Amino acid sequence: MKPPPFQYHDPKTLAEAVGLLGTLDNAKLLAGGQSLMPMLNMRFVLPDHVIDLNLVEGMAGIKETDGVLEIGAMTRQRELEFSDLVAAKCPLLHQALMHVGHRQTRNRGTIGGSLCHLDPAAELVTVCMAHDATIAVAGPGGTREIAFADFPAGYLTPAIELNEIVTAIRIPVWPAGHKAAFIEFSRRHGDFAIVSAAALLQIDGGRITRASLTIGGVAVAPVRATEVEQAIVGQAPTSELFAKVCESCRSFEAMADIHASAEYRQHLAVVLARRALEKAADLADNAPWNRAH
Amino acid sequence: MAPTGPSLIGRRMIRVEDGPLLRGRGRFIDDLDIPGALHVAFLRSPVAHGRLKDIDASAAKALPGVHAVLSFADLRPVLTGDRIPQALPSGAIRFDVDPIVLAKDEVTYVGEPVAMVVADSRRVAEDALALIALDLDELPAVTDPVAGLEYGAPKARLDCPDNLVARQSIDYGDIDGAFAKAAHRIKARFRLHKGGGHSIETRGIAVRIDPVDDTLTIHANTQLPHRAKQILVAALGIGEQRIRVVAPDTGGGFGPKAAFHPEELALPAAALLLRRPLKWIEDRRENFVAAVGERDQDWDMEMAVDAGGRMLGLRGRLCHDHGSCTPYGVALAYNAGTNVIGPYVLPTYRLDINWCLTNFVPCAPTRGAGRPQGMYVMERLLDAVAETVGIARDEVRRRNMIQPTQMPYATPIKQRDGSTMTYDSGDYPECQRRALEAGGWADFPARQAAARKAGRYIGLGLANYVEATGRGPFESAGLRVGASGKIVITTGASAQGQGTKSMLVQLACDVLGVAPESIEVIAGDTAGIALGFGAFASRQAVTAGNAVHQAAIAVREKAIQTAAEMMEASAEDLELKDGAVQVKGVPHMKRTLAQIAHAIAGVPGFALPGGVTPGLAASIDFPAPALTYCNGTHICEAEADPETGMVRLLRYIVVHDSGRIINPMIVDGQVTGAVAHGIGATLYEWMRFDSQGQPQTVTYGDYILPSSDTVPPIEVIHMESPTPLNPLGVKGAAESGTIAAPAAIVSAVEDALHSFGVRIRNLPLTPERLLASIQAAG
Amino acid sequence: MEMTDKRTITVSVNGTKHTKEVPVRITLADFIRYELGLTGTHLGCEHGVCGACTILLDGRSARSCLMLAVQADGHEVLTVEGIAPGPDALHPLQEAFRDNHGLQCGFCTPGMLTTLLEFLGDNPDPTEQEVRVAISGNLCRCTGYQGIVLAALDAAKRMKAGRA
Repeated sequence: MKPPPFQYHDPKTLAEAVGLLGTLDNAKLLAGGQSLMPMLNMRFVLPDHVIDLNLVEGMAGIKETDGVLEIGAMTRQRELEFSDLVAAKCPLLHQALMHVGHRQTRNRGTIGGSLCHLDPAAELVTVCMAHDATIAVAGPGGTREIAFADFPAGYLTPAIELNEIVTAIRIPVWPAGHKAAFIEFSRRHGDFAIVSAAALLQIDGGRITRASLTIGGVAVAPVRATEVEQAIVGQAPTSELFAKVCESCRSFEAMADIHASAEYRQHLAVVLARRALEKAADLADNAPWNRAH
Repeated sequence: MAPTGPSLIGRRMIRVEDGPLLRGRGRFIDDLDIPGALHVAFLRSPVAHGRLKDIDASAAKALPGVHAVLSFADLRPVLTGDRIPQALPSGAIRFDVDPIVLAKDEVTYVGEPVAMVVADSRRVAEDALALIALDLDELPAVTDPVAGLEYGAPKARLDCPDNLVARQSIDYGDIDGAFAKAAHRIKARFRLHKGGGHSIETRGIAVRIDPVDDTLTIHANTQLPHRAKQILVAALGIGEQRIRVVAPDTGGGFGPKAAFHPEELALPAAALLLRRPLKWIEDRRENFVAAVGERDQDWDMEMAVDAGGRMLGLRGRLCHDHGSCTPYGVALAYNAGTNVIGPYVLPTYRLDINWCLTNFVPCAPTRGAGRPQGMYVMERLLDAVAETVGIARDEVRRRNMIQPTQMPYATPIKQRDGSTMTYDSGDYPECQRRALEAGGWADFPARQAAARKAGRYIGLGLANYVEATGRGPFESAGLRVGASGKIVITTGASAQGQGTKSMLVQLACDVLGVAPESIEVIAGDTAGIALGFGAFASRQAVTAGNAVHQAAIAVREKAIQTAAEMMEASAEDLELKDGAVQVKGVPHMKRTLAQIAHAIAGVPGFALPGGVTPGLAASIDFPAPALTYCNGTHICEAEADPETGMVRLLRYIVVHDSGRIINPMIVDGQVTGAVAHGIGATLYEWMRFDSQGQPQTVTYGDYILPSSDTVPPIEVIHMESPTPLNPLGVKGAAESGTIAAPAAIVSAVEDALHSFGVRIRNLPLTPERLLASIQAAG
Repeated sequence: MEMTDKRTITVSVNGTKHTKEVPVRITLADFIRYELGLTGTHLGCEHGVCGACTILLDGRSARSCLMLAVQADGHEVLTVEGIAPGPDALHPLQEAFRDNHGLQCGFCTPGMLTTLLEFLGDNPDPTEQEVRVAISGNLCRCTGYQGIVLAALDAAKRMKAGRA
């Protein structure tokens, strides 16, 4: 299991990287390497060129401007994990990061790399869907933004052109005091989720005023449970309500693989949706099953 | 500091292996820098079954850095036959299917080696693999052992008459009579999967060829170097003196490294052809598809009991997925069948075992070697009996248990060599009693009810086991004191992490009173000792341990005798202490072992003192004609999530009796490691294939090994019932932890979900399967 | 001879600078093992799951099978060979592994040690559960993790005592 032959490029600027990507045939971008490197070692991908983004200036960093958390695509997952800004402004992302791989992989893995690999069960993908993030990309024609709902184009396939590079992720933060819960069903700590659920709630005066519920791992991309979101806004948060409305998640289109059948994924979607909402609303925690380490 | 005082046996001693391993100075197979070695990669069959028509390697051979691409036809001239001669004899076998070095004209599993590339580096060898074109006609594959024995099934191998490669029955007592008089009959069918060995170090081979001496040295991380040599001598047709097999530090064995794999012949054969040193390190993907392991057994069983839950008889069929050839005999399923009885009195028993050829990598033992499956069948049936008769799970076991007064207990079962399976020692009821006490069995219903009120489903499970250990026929050991005072132990035993060397050093220190640092152990080297076996069947403390113990005693006696001559003293007045023979109570009147060794190494023209034979050394081949049986009880506390089917293990208790313990630290480590292996087999590990025989789980993302957060704290409590079968009184321990784990865990899960009436039969127990059981029961 | 793209890199490993020309496609693990001969870093899966190849890159744990050697150019690597303070002494973490039977075959051990070295730096006083999570990305097939967890907790105590 040794990587196939390729030529290696390590641009220092984004313009240089975009230029290389636009001119080289069969090129792959190397970010944190936690997905691409195994695929290279196993020769599942056979690029002629590898363009390493690790030395590109200005692609990493976390800042908040006007209620939007802007994260450079090359920001390591570890930086996000230990960021006070992220913990304060985007608790859902903070919670989700504790499920992302292991210390060793978070030290290298980047948020942009994870999003572009677009594993349907990846935690960061689910968080971006939950938060209506936008993805900033740069290409030969300049830069553009993609709403995250439009970002997944298919299984493991982001809706960006072959000559485009994801440069940043913009996450609109929810008002202070909002509730967030990220839970997942996985066999071991650090595994990709079989199914995950991300809930964001704004509760004012005992009623839900805003809701976001996202289920990861069921379909090729995370799905927003819009039916649930609409049904709970305006209501008081109760377990009975959540149990009733989350049943609609059973109708999600679901994948089947060796880890779970489609029916089992749909069942887990129902259970995890309810539990995420309950946890966000401080109704129940189910801590051992939520693998909240 | 030299240990002195009372016996070292039973003392916790740190291991001699650890220093270099902790510093990154181990010498594992891939760490050996073989000068001038070329690197090998294997082209493997992409299909489960096919006719191999042609291999076009012209493009691969033309790639810069490639030295050769070899197929069966290329290697055949240096081999004595088409097949690798390695059958382990058994009357059960209907036809021999010895493995082949590289596929000749038929491929029979995905991963079967077809051709080998020899190149400057592994990466270039892998580049070349992509350039080889195979002309294959795909054939129907046998991918289920039960279906494979049905009328009209395709043949797994074109060269075999059918797929029933072996059959055997275990049959004693009046089974029909037992069922006729039974108060209850309980039927159950089990589909039991058990995964691979998955040592974190994969397999590897390095072959050095010495053109001056015309010898081959094979470095391989095999559990059985002497057996590997024996096979190579036969397969290559060259003399014993020209082949040395040596196992370096080995990163875990667990069974698969005991089987002789085709690569172990392909490399030496290619080295002979090319006259170059070669190296092959299996990568993880190869390990998934080409290393032997366990797989599926289908048990269709029925138990007869009286009104009080006492067993009257057990009957049924066992269909065993054998894989596509026979690299390691048929012991795996036979072990499973004989181990069913465990610590219980089973008056009548009939099991028909059928081994089915399938188009999968061959099956061979992994840690536990079929016994966990056999024990699982018995323990699941006993839980069902308890339920049916209306008695507690511990009580049904007590009622059926062999009593200590019955020891030694001759079971009605015959071993594979025809001898009677006789339990040598142990107190099974007391073992269970201690486990129940440690596990809080009596108080558990109250805890369970309290947890249930809090919305949690917890359960406690128990299972017993007996394991045959210390398999013979013998193991060898030599112990020699050099004139430098350095002691060298050589043995046919081999080490893959069990602390074998430490165990042998501890035994030698115990007798000789020397410091551990003064002893070096050479294990797993055919140049070190002429005969031997190695690591399998939890045998090395029993066989090599006793051999070293006896060799040390012989050396001690000789040292005292020689010193008596040297000091003109009476042997009765002398004792061996702190590495010297001294006059009792007069420590300054002594001869060190080094001085004694020097004296009897001899000086030309001078007689040895007092007519002793030359050399302060002894060699012992310790025979182990009978197996010694360890036993134990496992208690597992588990929690189940009835909404998702997820299971978490909360607590695990093992009461374990492997006779006299040499080093409790090492025994604890063996037991806890084996329990983790059993946890994997029960809840996580599942080597899956599609209906065409394509493997589906070939990464550690898809094949799930137990991790540190899924294995609970494990408490090990020792009982010591010394065996009368060897002087040390020791039994084996290394596999035992795997044996009861599946039964104990599943018993706990059923208990946790008792209110749902869940019945669990198949393994592994995945959350999805458990949820289906819950839904089926509800 | 292999036709391949090469680069000259300088990597500091355990305090020693190494300058070598390497094929750009080789992993950091292969560089450490086969170019530098530091074979203490082990390869168990080469797809980033088993953790045996874990090293510290600029003090942070990383899987060396998931990095290219060229990416370590100009960086500092610590491997298992660099943990002990000297040829005759062991690091308290290593001593704790020895005394608590935290290793059997020793193959996963280098990755366990490097992972825990970083972890105990981040969290000098961990709970058992925190230790279990910290090493959950390192597979061990021998110990059932029991001895390793005990060793890590013991090492935390020893390291704290050493600092006191």
